[in-house]
Amino acid sequence: MIYDIEFETMPREALEAIQARRLQATIERVCATVPFYQKKIAEAGLKPTDIKSLNDLKRLPFTTKQDLRDNYPFGMFATPMENVVRIHASSGTTGQPTVVGYTARDVQTWSMLMARSLAAGGATRGDMIHNAYGYGLFTGGLGVHYGAERLGASVIPVSGGNTKRQIVIMKDFGPTILTATPSYTLHLAEVAAEMGVSFENLNFKFGIFGAEPWSENMRHEIEKKLNIVAVDIYGLSEVMGPGVAIECHEAQQGLHIFEDHFIPEIINPETGETLPYGETGELVFTSITKEAFPIIRYRTRDITSLNPEPCVCGRTHVRMNRVTGRSDDMLIIRGVNVFPSQIESVLMEMSGVEPHYQLVVDRVDNLDKLTVRVEVGEGIFSDEVKQLQDMERNIEKNIKDLLGVSAKVKLVEPKAIERSEGKAIRVIDNRKI
Amino acid sequence: MHVEQISVFLENTAGRLAEVTSILSENSINIRALSLADTSDFGVLRLIVDDIEKAETTLKNHGFTVGKNRVAAVEVEDRPGGLNDILQLLFEAGINVEYMYAFVRNSGDNAVMIFRFDQIDDALKLLEEKGVRAIGGSTLYTL
Ligand SMILES: [Zn+2]
Repeated sequence: MIYDIEFETMPREALEAIQARRLQATIERVCATVPFYQKKIAEAGLKPTDIKSLNDLKRLPFTTKQDLRDNYPFGMFATPMENVVRIHASSGTTGQPTVVGYTARDVQTWSMLMARSLAAGGATRGDMIHNAYGYGLFTGGLGVHYGAERLGASVIPVSGGNTKRQIVIMKDFGPTILTATPSYTLHLAEVAAEMGVSFENLNFKFGIFGAEPWSENMRHEIEKKLNIVAVDIYGLSEVMGPGVAIECHEAQQGLHIFEDHFIPEIINPETGETLPYGETGELVFTSITKEAFPIIRYRTRDITSLNPEPCVCGRTHVRMNRVTGRSDDMLIIRGVNVFPSQIESVLMEMSGVEPHYQLVVDRVDNLDKLTVRVEVGEGIFSDEVKQLQDMERNIEKNIKDLLGVSAKVKLVEPKAIERSEGKAIRVIDNRKI
Repeated sequence: MHVEQISVFLENTAGRLAEVTSILSENSINIRALSLADTSDFGVLRLIVDDIEKAETTLKNHGFTVGKNRVAAVEVEDRPGGLNDILQLLFEAGINVEYMYAFVRNSGDNAVMIFRFDQIDDALKLLEEKGVRAIGGSTLYTL
């Protein structure tokens, strides 16, 4: 179902006219109210009135996570605190947390976009939503909650944790939709199995999963273990929270970005240059309706591409493909941008398992040399040397086909790849540049 | 009448081979036959042992990747052309030998070869029809 027919299926031309108008207004506002933007935009040699069309967007400076940290806690707010009705913060696991705020109207917009998202995933008024996203500083729990109420569905605010009780609630209440992070969902499946509860006997039709990177493989695992359809949702607190983009259940091929509220761009993470539709690069967002925490050209660090093709569901909003990596992990090998996650997807496609692998880059005679070390687990082991050699050649060929880079594949024993805090070290760059 | 073989993935074959054999010997597991196939990068060690379950668990606990396959232990007459006759039989029946290696002990007057086939059941049936003896696990370990 399409929640907001008018805006979600608006012809591109009209949509772009709205975007341009809202962009102009946003730039005027941030230059008037946020010293950070005022200074940065002036330093770029621009006045708010220079931003006349969508084409002018690329002239504006980027905003980074570090900028948000530097302005901790409220330096990026565009309105006095008396207009702010809600504050969220991202976890500070990799440094200072980033703090975001919402006016009453922002909360309304967010609720409406989450209602759109739930509807795009397949939810209607009659559904009961088991919301296992954490409630708190994290935007996931409350974001889904307000959207569910806005849509008119029944929401169970179960939050994260206390997993056994969650299974009992699933059995007794019979919710039809599960919202959770993919990893917690797999944990729920495990605990249910331990308790002897089969998802086949529960009432779930589908689930909406996001808030952390997950692979196509994980999607299949969730769909199999929970006997449901798994829908992908995207969002980040710096831009708003969940509900920035959603997969429509009709196509399930990419996530529609709600372009009447956010303008997406794909850039080359090295040069900052804007890339055309279809090319892979870093996703950048500009919010164009937010009041308390507008954000201009925010570098998400997420690697993806945009697909402008019309969708069978009727929505006209551009689709972003599944996030395949983080720009921080990007390697440039013989001039080609390579993301470890691309190699990972090649390996996964071939073996059907999450492989442990490592990219080693050396410079030999002024040429970059990429070696991919792959741990041989039981899933890919064979007692026949020839089969193992064929597999090495096939991986090399698939990497070459997909990335356009020659690599040497080297099979290694389990645990041969160094781990750091339990995670394999993905990249070793021995080049001295 | 097949025999179970275990195979182990080895990186840097030379040093790791000695580790596998010493782990097995520390755990009183007897190696009855062994073959190592290696490339410049890695090797695959195939073993016939007297306690396959124990060997498998022990090696896995030591972090090795271990596989298990069904192979045939075939008696080969100890005369010129003895092996060739068997290979000819298999070739004519279109059965592919992936690899083979010698077992340490003889069975009576006959030598014993370990065969890895792509279709072991067809191979065993053919050998039986042609009067070639394949030895089962329990007999093999007591040779
Ligand atoms: Zn669609």
